[in-house]
This record gives sequence, C-alpha cells and structure tokens, in this order.
Amino acid sequence: MSLRKFITNKTTAALAVLLTVFANTSAFAQNAAAAAAPKVDMGEVYKSVIFYILVFLAVCLFIAIVGKALKVYELSREAQGKEGGINWNRVNSSLFALFLVLGLYGVYWEYTVHGAMLLPDAASVHGKRIDDMFNLTLIITTIVFIATHILLFGFSYIYKYSAKRKAYYYPHNNTIEKIWTIVPALVLTVLVLMGFLTWRSIFFKVEDPNHKPLQIEVTSEQFKWSIRYPGADGIVGHKNYKLTTASNTLGIDFSDLKSRDDLMADEMVIPVNKPVKLILNSKDVIHSFYMPHFRVQLNTVPGMQTIFEFTPTKTTAQMQEETNDPNFKFLFYCAKICGAGHYNMQKDVRVVSEKEYEEWLTKQKTYLNDDLRKQFNLPVAPAPVKSVADSAAKDSAAVKPNQMALNK
Amino acid sequence: MSTIALHDEHNHDHADHGHHKETLISKYVFSMDHKMIAKQFLITGIIMAVIAMGLSILFRIQLAWPDKNFPFLETFLGKWAEGGRIKSDFYLALVTIHGTIMVFFVLTAGLSGTFSNLLIPLQIGARDMASPFLNMLSYWFFFMACVVMMSSFFIQTGPASGGWTVYPPLSALPTAIPGSGLGMTLWLISMVMFVASSLMGGINYVSTILNMRTKGMDLWKMPLTIWAFFLTAILGILSFPVLVAGVVLLVFDRSFGTSFYLSDIVMGTTILPNEGGSPILWQHLFWFLGHPEVYIVIMPALGISSEVISVNSRKPIFGYHAMVYSLIGITVLSFIVWGHHMFVTGMNPLLGGVFMITTLIIAVPSAVKTFNYLATLWRGNIRFTPAMLFAIGLVSFFISGGLTGIFLGNASLDINLHDTYFVVAHFHLVMGSAAIFGMLAGVYHWFPKMFGKMMNAKLGYLHFWLTFIAAYLVFFPLHFLGLDGVPRRYYAFTEFEFMKKWLTVNIFVTWAAILAALAQIAFLFNFFYSIFKGKVSPQNPWESNTLEWTAPVEHLHGNWPGEIPTVYRWPYDYSKPGHDADFIPQTVPFSQTMSSNLPHDFEGNAEAEKIQQDWELANPVVQNKG
Repeated sequence: MSLRKFITNKTTAALAVLLTVFANTSAFAQNAAAAAAPKVDMGEVYKSVIFYILVFLAVCLFIAIVGKALKVYELSREAQGKEGGINWNRVNSSLFALFLVLGLYGVYWEYTVHGAMLLPDAASVHGKRIDDMFNLTLIITTIVFIATHILLFGFSYIYKYSAKRKAYYYPHNNTIEKIWTIVPALVLTVLVLMGFLTWRSIFFKVEDPNHKPLQIEVTSEQFKWSIRYPGADGIVGHKNYKLTTASNTLGIDFSDLKSRDDLMADEMVIPVNKPVKLILNSKDVIHSFYMPHFRVQLNTVPGMQTIFEFTPTKTTAQMQEETNDPNFKFLFYCAKICGAGHYNMQKDVRVVSEKEYEEWLTKQKTYLNDDLRKQFNLPVAPAPVKSVADSAAKDSAAVKPNQMALNK
Repeated sequence: MSTIALHDEHNHDHADHGHHKETLISKYVFSMDHKMIAKQFLITGIIMAVIAMGLSILFRIQLAWPDKNFPFLETFLGKWAEGGRIKSDFYLALVTIHGTIMVFFVLTAGLSGTFSNLLIPLQIGARDMASPFLNMLSYWFFFMACVVMMSSFFIQTGPASGGWTVYPPLSALPTAIPGSGLGMTLWLISMVMFVASSLMGGINYVSTILNMRTKGMDLWKMPLTIWAFFLTAILGILSFPVLVAGVVLLVFDRSFGTSFYLSDIVMGTTILPNEGGSPILWQHLFWFLGHPEVYIVIMPALGISSEVISVNSRKPIFGYHAMVYSLIGITVLSFIVWGHHMFVTGMNPLLGGVFMITTLIIAVPSAVKTFNYLATLWRGNIRFTPAMLFAIGLVSFFISGGLTGIFLGNASLDINLHDTYFVVAHFHLVMGSAAIFGMLAGVYHWFPKMFGKMMNAKLGYLHFWLTFIAAYLVFFPLHFLGLDGVPRRYYAFTEFEFMKKWLTVNIFVTWAAILAALAQIAFLFNFFYSIFKGKVSPQNPWESNTLEWTAPVEHLHGNWPGEIPTVYRWPYDYSKPGHDADFIPQTVPFSQTMSSNLPHDFEGNAEAEKIQQDWELANPVVQNKG
C-alpha cells in the first residue's frame, strides 16, 4: 500500500509533472545542442544511424514519461474520490472532429496545390473525352468523399459515449436500404454507360478509306524503343523475330517488299490532326507504351501485336505556349515493370504541322542498308524495284519465315 | 497443471480425445488447438508485416534521396547496396517481396488465418475446428512458405523481382532480370505451399461453419464476422487453385522448356526457341485469383469492423441482412471482374467493356456496406476503444480508396492511370490500410480473448492516431503523382524532367512512412508487453453479445467447460429498449427478457407471440419501445 500512497501523494505527482517538463525541454535542448554545436560537419551526424536511434529513444522516453504522468494524474483523481481522470471518449471524439476539419483543409490544399501540377489538358481527340469523364467522376466522387467523411467523423464526434444516454435501437429500415442501393446503382450506371461508349469509340474505329491513318510501328526491348515508319507505301512491312541479327535488330523481313522502304527514326514525329495508328510489339518482355499527354497507353507484348489509334490535336509549339514552358515536350515511356532499366526508357515525341512532318520524313534513313542487302541477297546498288521483287520472291522461299499477320 | 484438471472436467464431452498429455511441443509448436493456431498465425503475420514494412522503408529512402549514399544500407544489404545506394534491380526485388508478403502472408494468412481460427469455433459454439490436424498443417505450410520466401534474400541472385504479379516473360527469363533465377523458383515454391495452406484452412473454415454450429445458431444468427470468414473461405477455395495451375505452368516454362507463356522472344540478339505461348494467359490465370484475393483480404476486415462498430456503438449493426447480402454480392461478383487489371494489356477490347460493367457493379454492395456503417454510428453511444478507432479508420480508408476505384474500374480512365502511382495510392488505401486497420481492430478487440490480458488503451490511442494520420499523409499525395503520369515501380525519378517537381513530395511521403513505421513500435511494445504483463481481462471486457465472451478467460481445449451454450437470439441486441443493461448476450433466452422482446423477435412463432402478449397484458408497465 505504501506504493499506492507514494503514487497518490501530491508532491510525487507534482514531481512527475516537473520531470516531464524537464525531460521534454532537455530533450529539445539536446537536439538543439546537437544541431547547433558542431557546425563543422553536421552532415556526418545526420548520416549516422546512431543519431536517429538516440533521437527516437528520447522520443520514446518522453512518451513513457507522459504516460506515467497521466497515470499518476488519474490515480490521484481516483484516490481523491473525484470523477475519473481524463475522459478519453471525449478526447478521441474531439480528435476526430479536429481531424475532419484539418483533413478537409488538407484535401482542399492537395486539390489546389498538387492538383495544379498535373498533366496539361489532353492533346488528342479521344483524350478530351477521357478528360471530361475524369472530371465528371472526380466531381461525383469528391462530393461523396466529403459527405461521407463529414458523416463518419461528425457522428463520431456527436454520439460519443455518455453514461446518461442509451443508443437508439435501430436495426434496419428497408426503405433506406433500397434508396442507398438504387442511388449508387443509378450513378454508376451513368458512369458505366459513358465509360463504355468512350471505350468503344477509342478501340472500335471505323476506318475511313480516304483518310487512312498514318502507321507507326513501335518495338520495345530492354530498355529502349525502336520506331519504324512505313515509307512511301504507307504500310510497315513484315517482321519475323527469327530473322533478328545484330544488324537487323528488329528482325525485319526484307523479302517483303513493303519492308524495304521502311524508315527508322530517333524520335516520334507526327503531323497534327491526322489519325495515327500505333502498331506495338515487344522483343523480349512485356513493356507498356505510355504517352500520357495524349491519354494513350497499351502494353507491348512479345508474340502479339497491339494497336492503338489516336489523333493528336496540338503541336508541340502550341503546347509550349499553353503550358508557358518553352522546354515542354511530349514523351512516351515504359509503364510496365520490365527490369533494372525500367525507370529510364523514354523517347521524345514531336507533333508538328503536316508540312514540317513531310520535310522531316525525307531526312530519315531506311532500315535496309548495304549490309542487310547482302544478307537478304538483294543487289547492293539500288535497282529497279521490280527486279528486286523477283529475286526476293525466290529467296524468301528458302528462309520460310513464320510471318505475322498484320492488319492492313 | 490447471489445463489437465480442466480437461478432466469436460472429458465426458468428447471421450474419444483420450488421455493425451500436453507437452511443450504439442501445446506451443504442433498445436491442434484453434486458439493456439490463431496465435501462431497472428505472431507470424506480425513478424512478416514488420519485415515487409522494413522493406518499404528501404525503397522509400531510395525514392526520396535517389542521389545520396546511406552507408548503413551497405552494412545490411551488402552488394545489393554498394556504396550505400540500392541497386535498381534490387529495388524491384524490394517492391516485389514487399507486395507479396503484405498481400499473401500478412493480409491473407495473418488476417484470415488468425481471426477465422480464433473466432469461428468460439463464435459459432464449437469445441474446435472440424479438422484440427488439417488446421495445424495449414499453419505449418504457411510457416514454410514464409521461410522459403525469406530465404531468397540469402541467395546470390537475389529475390524475385518481377513485381508481385510476376508477369512472364520477365519472371520466366533469368536473362531479363537476375531475380528471375533461383529467387523466382523459391517464390513459386513458396506460393504453392501458401496456397496449400490457404486451401486447408479454407476447407476447414467452411466445414466447421456449416456443420458445427451450436444449438440455436442458425445461419441468420451468426455474427457478421463469421459470415465474412465463411464467404472469404469460399472465395479462397474457388480461386486459389487457379493460381496453382498458373504457377505450375510457369514452373514448366522456366524449368522444362515448355511455352505456355512464352513466344517470339529475342533477348538482345539471342532468339529463344519458345513458340506459341501467350503472356496474357498468365495474367488471366493470375488475376482470376488476384482479384478475388483483394476481397479475400478486405472481407474479413469488413466482418471484424462490423462486429467492433456494433459493439462499441452499443447499437445493432444497421441492416444485418443487407450486410450479409452485400457480402454475398461481393463474393459472387469478385469472380467476374478480374479483367479490370488487364484493360490495357492487349486483351481484346471487347472484354474490357464487359469487365468495366461488372467492376462498377461491385461498387454497389460496397457502397451499401459503407452507408450501413454510417447508419450504425448514427445515434449510437460510441465508446472509443482502440479497436473502435481502428474500425472507424477502416471505414474512412474504405471510402477513400473505394472511390478512387471508380476511376480505375472505368476502362477509359484506366488507359491513362494504369500502372501509375494513382493505382498505388488506390490499393494501399482500400486494401492495404483498410485491411491492416481491420486486422489491428481485431487484435485490440480480441486480445483479451487470445491472451486473457488487456492491452494498454492509451498506447492504442497513440498508435491509432499516428498511424491514421501518417497513412493519409503517405497515400493521399501519391494520387497526384499518378495523375501527372508518373509510373509505379520506378527506381528513381531523376531521368525525367517532369518528375523532378515531385521529388519534394517523395521526401515528405518517405518521412510520413517512417513516422507510420515508428508508430508500429507503440503497437509491438503494447502487444508483447501485455501478453506477459497486461492487466488480467474480465470475462466480457467490451460487454459484447457474441458467444466467445461466454467462454472462460483461462483457455482450455474444447473452449467451454461443460456443455456448449445454446443460442437464442441474433448477436446484435444492443441498447434494446425495455432492457436494463445495454446488451443482451446471444445465450439469454427470450423468456428472461420479456420486457424488451419485440414482435419480430419470434420470427412468426405464434405460440411464443401469444406468451409474450399474455405477459404484456399481465404486466401493464408503460413501456418505451423507442
């Protein structure tokens, strides 16, 4: 019992509080001292693990002392026969109310500050539809998010425990249940319908024979992209992975006539307002072709072709003006884990006017070079296309490539 | 020993038990008692959680300070962090193992394994599981899975590093990433053992719930926890075998030269012989488990929070039937939504449209559950025990993370959000944080049942508030990175001009993550300290109605001395008007609560209704039935 006496003793309580204050200030003093004293090489101290362990132990000690002080306080109240110490129900409910207020402010801050750092408006036709739908979804979910949280934390605050009160026995109400089943269902139906129609408009395009999209083939491998333009015929030629060599890294099958004029490019240059059909594939593992400014993403899969069609609506120059950033550039990069270099697998994209595009295109080299001509038994000097075609037809029989079907 | 004496007391109940003597090994190691197995699952789960959290801090450090050296990292990680800087392929290993451990070992085994084992027999009134032996095996398979998974940190080529979804070909080709060598083999072995463990557990849970309920415990008198565990077990039984099928095929591809997932692959200039496979097949098989898996993770947490919220609001859970039906709805729907992980993987776009519809439908039962929680809190008399705090936190996370799911479930929006930090933020809130909070709520609530001691409430408050705030500080800003097009699993943000503006955010998030991790020390201390030094728990510390609180505090094999109690009513008679106490345990017959019985209590039993009417005529007290 002497221990109890000791604890309930007012002097001890006062001492404990003093000790807390002291420990508190001294802990801070230590920190301050540690921060102020050795101005010479503070970096080393901050790097040492021991420093952080000590800080942490000091914090633990502080918490332990606060805990003990609280216990002493509660026991002394109890011993004096007063109403129990701290009302933790009230503390916690008030903290929920505080959390609600600060949290709502935090959300507002995030929406306005971080929300202003996001991707600029979509630079493609379908991207605009995606953005519109995103905004609609954002408005709906934000309303629900805030309303439900006000209720959740508000109820927590209002209906905190009181010995005088009894909870309201309210096991069910089928009408209310029906309402909050049907209302979310209706809202979601609207979102599903919009999403479904947008999705269809992106992936099920009816091709207009007069406006054939520009084909660009993109091949991914660890950790780079290769771009192939179709050349004059507008069609990228066949590939066969079995033909891959050091000089023919994509495994282009040059016995296919359509391959011979295919151009290689260091960056993706596309004319504005013209549909582009991306033909994606991968040499080794799965990558993801991600071009966020145009709201374009599709995985590149080995052994399978994936196709994404989109129409850019803004040139790079326009975008630089809009974003007030003279260094702005469109990009595409990898978004599917693909190995150690995943974090740096990118290529620039330039959207230009039709004229600039044609100009740029004339400067690009073909994939077919003299080395490859030899390999495929093609005449090294550019010969009339017709005779090339004949000789190729004979040779291709020997190679017997396992050709992939390509949508033309 | 007292246990022997107690054993004698209930010997007549199951004489076939024979006279086995408890040794240290049979009691603590190869125990067949569901309560001990639950504790084994819990403590293993906690250890794995601490490891996985530690891994996350390591890669958070890398993300925050990509150009600084941390010599202590080299001390711990050796050649994987040469010069104090984590290597990029090891970074991927960290992410992979963090995800695998958290999803499977912590949130599946640690959560479901612990509370299904502890609560199913105790809450339905059974002496033990249907097959205690299978139950023991289930734990030991899980344990071995953990050991094998962790052993991959001690091999030359390092652990699996293709992401926790281990998509081939990356996971199939050691030339693509070193982790796909022996590390991946260990991952696959570990996963097969884990699935075996889950299946043994699941089958046991289902058969126990269906066959071993005590007298009076019909399905509609079961607590929502049991409903949640029951449906979770069914989900697991139906979906986990598909993962094994996928895993076995991957083993064949890796080790025996088959081509289930591989085709047309050229590594550099080396042409691989595999032909005719499809990497997409793995994704279908994986997500056929993988999506139900996230419900396997969240449903037990929802069940636990239903119970905790009802008990501590001193109110019946609002819409008990609706809660059960929404769980059933989630269970059924979760089998037909897996494709929403694959909208942009090259799956036929037609399927994308279908999966979008099913995915958004599953939001409806989830919304119903949320609203029911809110309605339960309304006009309650809320006791803020640590368990209750965590349950409220769960509801908050479930709302926040659930709402962002509406973005991702929409195929069109997913095009730009897929595999970005938006996804990371989404699932860490809705399935990571929410499920962990459910688990912690369960631990605080049933700790007295597990160990016969009370945990320190004040440390619990501290733990909750630090974790709750830190979790939001970590995951809320990450949404915005995703909306800016920052992909996940990036080793460093240094190579892209536009990502540099997020570097400060990354530092902030890392500090918040460290705060969250340190807050767990409050829990760990509280947990282990209270096991030994905690205050002894009273019989029914939370004044709860469910059956487990009628079992003695002192554990005994068979749970109840003497007969198993009979159940007369549903588990949510809290604050029933007309009754003096604000709770009526399930074991109290209606004949003892004549003053508070309501007409629908009798479920149309005319005789009982008549007795009640007669009693009310005979006792014309002015009754206030709210």
